[in-house]
Amino acid sequence: MREVKSDWLRKSFDEMKPTRDGYGKALERLAKQDKRIVVVDADLASSTRSLWFAKHAPERFFYAGISEQNAVGLAVGLALEGKKAFVSSFAIFLTGRAFEIIRQSVCYNNVPVKIVGSHAGILTGRDGPTAQATEDIAIMRCLPRMNVIVPADAIEAEHATLFLGDFEQPCYLRTNREPTPLIFDEHSYRFEFGKGLQLTEGSDATIIACGALVHIAIDASRELAKKGIGVRVIDMHTIKPLDGRIVEKAARETNAIITAEDHQVIGGLGSAVAEVLAEKKISVPLKRIGLHGFAESGSPKDLYKKYGFTKERLASEIEGLIMSI
Amino acid sequence: MRRLTKKKIRELEEIARQIRVLSLQMTSRAESGHPGGSLSVADIIACLYFHKMRINPRNPKWPERDRFILSKGHSCPAQYAALALLGIIPARELNRLREVDSMLQGHPDRNKTPGIETVSGTLGQGFSVACGMALAAKLDGKKHKVYVVLGDGELQEGIVWEAVMFAGFRRLNNLVAIIDHNKCQNDGFLHEILDVTPIAEKFRAFRWNTCEIDGHNIKEIVRALDEADKSEKPVAIIAHTVKGKGVSFMEHKPEWHGKALPSDLLEKALEELGNYA
Repeated sequence: MREVKSDWLRKSFDEMKPTRDGYGKALERLAKQDKRIVVVDADLASSTRSLWFAKHAPERFFYAGISEQNAVGLAVGLALEGKKAFVSSFAIFLTGRAFEIIRQSVCYNNVPVKIVGSHAGILTGRDGPTAQATEDIAIMRCLPRMNVIVPADAIEAEHATLFLGDFEQPCYLRTNREPTPLIFDEHSYRFEFGKGLQLTEGSDATIIACGALVHIAIDASRELAKKGIGVRVIDMHTIKPLDGRIVEKAARETNAIITAEDHQVIGGLGSAVAEVLAEKKISVPLKRIGLHGFAESGSPKDLYKKYGFTKERLASEIEGLIMSI
Repeated sequence: MRRLTKKKIRELEEIARQIRVLSLQMTSRAESGHPGGSLSVADIIACLYFHKMRINPRNPKWPERDRFILSKGHSCPAQYAALALLGIIPARELNRLREVDSMLQGHPDRNKTPGIETVSGTLGQGFSVACGMALAAKLDGKKHKVYVVLGDGELQEGIVWEAVMFAGFRRLNNLVAIIDHNKCQNDGFLHEILDVTPIAEKFRAFRWNTCEIDGHNIKEIVRALDEADKSEKPVAIIAHTVKGKGVSFMEHKPEWHGKALPSDLLEKALEELGNYA
């Protein structure tokens, strides 16, 4: 199989869909094909899209009400009795408020509950910092037994969710509210857990991105290609376990690494990549793009501009890094 | 429903006594643990494991078994004692409580100890998980029941009321919660720290049936458990108990919540309990 999955990319990125729709669409299919699937939501089912499951399997959908701790506890009880349990709400409420339930009753207990947090990142927009989960990857990543998936578009989110239907370990799936470009061709795309996807070729620098930053990274690489700078873009949809091999390869074959994520720079994808580089003793210029504090209310577009999640910012960071070598 | 003969009552009383003896011995040996709450819950545990629940000690994972969750997981010495008396775990393991590589953790761990349904100990979580298990049983039309024991101090946790509200709303009448109401918690008496009473009224307001019993009276415990079988709502049994029950100098004393008896006091306590048969 070819290393570079450029042929999985769409010709144009004009069609938009939020990653939460991918979750909902996969749940519809799972509702029909597997009677053991159950979903618990905490009064945000229309937002998280778990309501799409409820329409097909109302008897296997449960509202915990606005009580995320109990929502997770219920999912654990259902899973212990052989159900394949998903629990969804806003990312901040699940990974924040219900953290200890996830730590003890899911991870320590070793129960394969799927935690699906939507409205992650500043992409959540106008609801402001109280609704924008920007530490969730770090919080989930440090938990023993927990796996972490951050899909780049709705196609990837759909395939990741279908994978989770049969996955026998705890997992956190991070989705977004705001529509973002569909980057993958739905017919060629294959989800491979734990494997980063190299989407473009290049030997000058590498952008390792997740979530909505992947399409921005591709745009940046295309801009830089015009200037003769070759940028390798990696979609790191699985942040834990991290694909160390693809990171190591990029660090050896390109001159600089940039990580990009809609999340605090501490503890997220950037930290995970830095850990690999440090432990493999690979000396390569590294820049982590992410948040350095709380954001604010605003349109997703304006927030991405203000907080530096644009192709122009990524391109100039790469140029700066290359110049400094 | 099994008949409770006089002989059976005496048998259950003897088992509860043994649970108390073993709980004190194992916590003292581990030089840590929670003896007070293990003594208050001993009779309840004896009635559930040795009379009421449908279980198969030779197959702790028998699918039709009644489920038991000790949500006040710190009182697990009492549960471990019962599991040992049933032969589900080897009796010699009780000597390894809280030791490295032991199957008996400081709080219940389903991955290490046969017969444990879920990790518990961070208060309120076992109860929430028990609600999920009761919900699953309803979904599958299964007949088994889910029994869960909570401490009264545990009722101060918010997640408990989230789950109480859910179970009442969903009419999970296959769920029976027994509140070990010993009126003491880690730092002192409930009525001084944060009074949770009235307890029954609170559960009833959340659409549960309730009853109040003497949690050291075998007849009353069994009668309440049998009554719960007929309920159309989830049932909360408020069992009035005595922290440190059975040992005069431990009774009603919050200080024996999370502290093991030193060897001289253990000897005295075992004398009062009639030593081990």
